[in-house]
Amino acid sequence: MQPFPPDDVLVARLRERDEAAFVMLLDAWSDGLLRLARSFVSTTDSAAEVVQDTWLAVIQGIEKFEGRSSLKTWVYRILVNTAKRRGGREARTVPWSSLLPTPEDEGPTVDPARFGGPGDPYPGHWREFPAPWPSPEQQALAGEIRAQVGTALAQLPERQRVVIMLRDVEGYGSDEVSSILDISAANQRVLLHRARAFVRGRLEEYYAAVGQHVESATEVTS
Amino acid sequence: MNDLDCSEFVELVTAFLDDALDADGKRRFVDHLALCEGCTRYLHQFRQTIRALGDLPVEQLPPEARDTLLAAFRDPRG
Repeated sequence: MQPFPPDDVLVARLRERDEAAFVMLLDAWSDGLLRLARSFVSTTDSAAEVVQDTWLAVIQGIEKFEGRSSLKTWVYRILVNTAKRRGGREARTVPWSSLLPTPEDEGPTVDPARFGGPGDPYPGHWREFPAPWPSPEQQALAGEIRAQVGTALAQLPERQRVVIMLRDVEGYGSDEVSSILDISAANQRVLLHRARAFVRGRLEEYYAAVGQHVESATEVTS
Repeated sequence: MNDLDCSEFVELVTAFLDDALDADGKRRFVDHLALCEGCTRYLHQFRQTIRALGDLPVEQLPPEARDTLLAAFRDPRG
């Protein structure tokens, strides 16, 4: 793929209605936008409509782009706002302000019972180490892992899901995510950490269940 | 005595990976890691989780939506 032209060149070309420039952006960014839209709305069809509305807003609004953020961040922000309006109509979303961490995002992300208490020989230390996981090379599990991760994402509160989608699924840095969501780096980190710990916990449960299954199958056959 | 507890370590992993700990916090984190097999494993599993998230399948915009958008770009008033 050709390297992307800088934002000022892209914006100038979009304003001149240069279709090649628009196609380049459309094809490069729509998949990521679609996945992010899925964080806000309940169906793939709705998500596709959100992405479509976002691009329409970009086409209409490109004259007003002031370059205070990157073009991509600006497009993502339009998506977030479009998705939230849409999600509001679908009664599956929460007000913008609740992208801030709430008290339930604070507190331990690992069950405190897994660490020694004040009367134990090693207070604050693992009672039992986390069980080892199979190595990623054991690809037989890859499809199932994806399914587990997908399910775990769906169970997260929206504010955590949006952050982890942007950071870990789409690969944006902390600064970009703060800018897209208009929250502080510290707040996005609180949400991200909790979301990651939750997904790790789900994988841990899954591996534990699979491990038991393998063991009991071995017992049966031996 | 400034060793972290494991229960503290697990809350700092994302800050560590983002390089958002101050020099002292980073030293304590790394010192603890060097001595604790359980937390080494936790950090490793955290990284595996992040990799698994980056590995999710991509959904694609339906071709009709793409066509509609190209038409809209050609004629924003149409």
